Amino acid sequence: MSTQIKGIAASEGIATAEAYLLVQPDLSFSKKSISDVDGEVKRLQDALTQSDNELTKIRDAAKESLGEEGAQVFDAHKLILADPEFTGAVEQQIKDQSVNAEQALDEVSQNFITIFEGMTDNPYMQERAADIRDVTKRVMAHLLGVELPNPSLIDHEVIVVAHDLTPSDTAQLNKKFVRGFITDIGGRTAHSAIMARSLELPAVVGTNTVTADIKDGDQVILDGLDGVAIVNPSDDDVAKYSKLASDFAAEKAEWKKLKSEATVTADGKHFDIAANIGSPDDLDGVLDNGAEGIGLYRTEFLYMQSDQLPTEEDQFNAYKKVLESMNGKPVVVRTMDIGGDKHLPYLPLPEEDNPFLGYRAIRISIDQQDIFRTQLRALIRASAFGELRIMFPMIGTLQEFRTAKSIFEEEKAKLVSEGVKISDSIQTGMMMEIPAAAVLADQFAKEVDFFSIGTNDLIQYTMAADRGNERVSYLYQPYNPSILRLIKHIIESAHKEGKWAGMCGEAAGDDVMVPILLGMGLDEYSMSATSVLRVRSLMKKLSTADLQTLAERAVNESLTNDDNIKLVSEYVK
Amino acid sequence: MEKKEYHVIAETGIHARPATMLVQAASKFSSDVNIEFDGKSVNLKSIMGVMSLGVGQGADITITAEGDDEADAIAAITETMTKEGLAE
Repeated sequence: MSTQIKGIAASEGIATAEAYLLVQPDLSFSKKSISDVDGEVKRLQDALTQSDNELTKIRDAAKESLGEEGAQVFDAHKLILADPEFTGAVEQQIKDQSVNAEQALDEVSQNFITIFEGMTDNPYMQERAADIRDVTKRVMAHLLGVELPNPSLIDHEVIVVAHDLTPSDTAQLNKKFVRGFITDIGGRTAHSAIMARSLELPAVVGTNTVTADIKDGDQVILDGLDGVAIVNPSDDDVAKYSKLASDFAAEKAEWKKLKSEATVTADGKHFDIAANIGSPDDLDGVLDNGAEGIGLYRTEFLYMQSDQLPTEEDQFNAYKKVLESMNGKPVVVRTMDIGGDKHLPYLPLPEEDNPFLGYRAIRISIDQQDIFRTQLRALIRASAFGELRIMFPMIGTLQEFRTAKSIFEEEKAKLVSEGVKISDSIQTGMMMEIPAAAVLADQFAKEVDFFSIGTNDLIQYTMAADRGNERVSYLYQPYNPSILRLIKHIIESAHKEGKWAGMCGEAAGDDVMVPILLGMGLDEYSMSATSVLRVRSLMKKLSTADLQTLAERAVNESLTNDDNIKLVSEYVK
Repeated sequence: MEKKEYHVIAETGIHARPATMLVQAASKFSSDVNIEFDGKSVNLKSIMGVMSLGVGQGADITITAEGDDEADAIAAITETMTKEGLAE
C-alpha cells in the first residue's frame, strides 16, 4: 500500500528515489568498571583508527563534491582525533579509573567542550566546541558499534529525509546523488528550502512526521509542486507522476529556450529580469538562467560566513569576481544588512526587544563607520571591473541617505587621490522597505540614482506584523491595495525624476504581482535565479497596455488582498 | 634542544587554518615540540592546545623542539611560518 505524506511545497520539481534517513542514532551508554584495562585501551585505539579511516574517506568525498574548502572541516576533525592532549587523556582516564572507554571519552570530551565554550570573548573558539562534539560522536558510535549517517558517502540516488537540515548538514551532502529533500519542520524560507531551490531540486518541508513515516530505503516519489510525498508508490502512482514529471520537464525546457533572449512583453516592451545572490558561488545559477543582471547581492553572507570582519582585500576579491563574471551587466550590491534576524558571532550587538525595529543595516554602518568604510573602499575599487551599483539598506530618512552617500563620496575621493583606477559611473541608490521613506519617495527620488523595493520588509513594516510570527501571518498581504499604493508611488516618483525602480523581494517573481508591477511600469525585477526563465516566459505573454488598467483598478477599486488575486486572474488567463 | 622566536604577522593570529598547518608540520617529527606564549607552554602537536593559547597578530612566541630530529623540526616549522605568511 502506498501512503501519502503532506507538507509545504518548498521547491518545484518531481523526483523518485530511495529514501535516505539523515537521523542521529542513539549514542547512550552506561558507566562500567573494567578489569581488563589493556583490552579497553585496545578497544579505544580500534575505535580511533576506524574513525580516522572513516574521516579520510569522508574528506576525500567532500573534496570531490565540495572542493578543498569544504573538506577542511574534516582535516580539523582528524587533527582532534590525533591530538595527544585529547586521546591521550582518554587513555589515561581508562587506566587511572578502570572505567569503560565510553565513560572516559565522554568525561574528557566534556572537559574540553566546557573550556572552549567558556571562551566567551572568542566566538571562534566557542564554535570549535562543535568540532569536538562531532569527533566524540564519531568515536562513540564506533565504540558502541552503531552507524552514524555519513551523507558525504552517499553513492546512489536518494531523497534525503530529515527532521531539519542545517547548513552544516547540507554542506556534507554529496549533491551528485541527492534528488530531493523532505523534512519534519521548516517553511518556504528554511535553509533546506532555499538550498533546494538554488540546486533546482524538489523539496517538501513541514510534514511534522516524515522521519517517523519513512524508513531508510523506502521508495519515495517527491512532488515539490504540490507539497506531497508518496511512499512505496503503486504502479498507478508511478504512471501518474512520471507524466507530471515529464510535463514539468517539458515546461522547463520551454523556459530554457528563453535563456539568451531579452525579456520582452507581447507588445514589445523591454524589462530587466535580474537575479538575487548571496555570494560569488551563486553566479553559475545566474548565468545558466540568463539573468540580465544582479539586482541584489546580499553582502552580509560575506560577513556571516567568516569568523571575523572580512578584510578589504577579501571583499574586493569577491566583488571583483561578481562584476567580472557579469561581463558589463549591472550588479546592484547592497551594503551590509546585519541585525534583525542576522547576527555576527564576532560583532556582538546589544540584546533588543524588537531587533527588526532596532539597530540594523545602515543604522549600524553609519554608527560603526570603520566597518562601512572598509566595505565601500572594497566596492569602489571593484567598480573598475564592471557596472557597479551600490544600494543602502533600511534607509528611513533623507539624512541617513545623505550621510551614507557622503561617506561613499569621501572614500571615493580618497581612492582617486591614491591613484586607484575606478569607474566614474557608480550609481548609488537605496532599498525602499521603510514606509516613511516610501511615502516621501518623491523627495528621495531627487537625490538617489535608483530605488529597489524590498517587499518582505515593506509589508512587515506597513502591516505592523512580524513576518516570522505564525499567529499574524494572515497579515502578510503583498496585494493589499495599501501596499500597492506605496509601490506605485515609489515607481512614479522615480520616473518623474528620470530614475529607475526595481524590486528585489520574493514578490518580484510572483505570478500575481508581476502583471500588476508591469502595469505600474516597474523597470527591474530581481528574484531567485531559478525563477528568471519562468517570469520571462510569463512576461512574453502579457501586454502592458491591458495591464495599466489592471494596475489602476488594483490600486483604486480593489479593497482587499483577495480582491486583487481575483482581479489579476481576470486579466491573465 | 632547539629554540626559535617568532613575531606573528598573520592578521588572524594563530588559529583556524594557520594552527592546523603548524600542528601538521610539528606532527611529522618525533621530537617533543612546544609553543610558548604569554607565559604558557603547550604541545605544538595538539590542535586544541594551540588553539586554546589564543595567539593574536603581533604576538611574540617561542617554539622549542627536543629530540633526535629537533633541528629539522624547527626548520620545517619556520618554513611553514614563512610560506604561509604567519610570522617572521
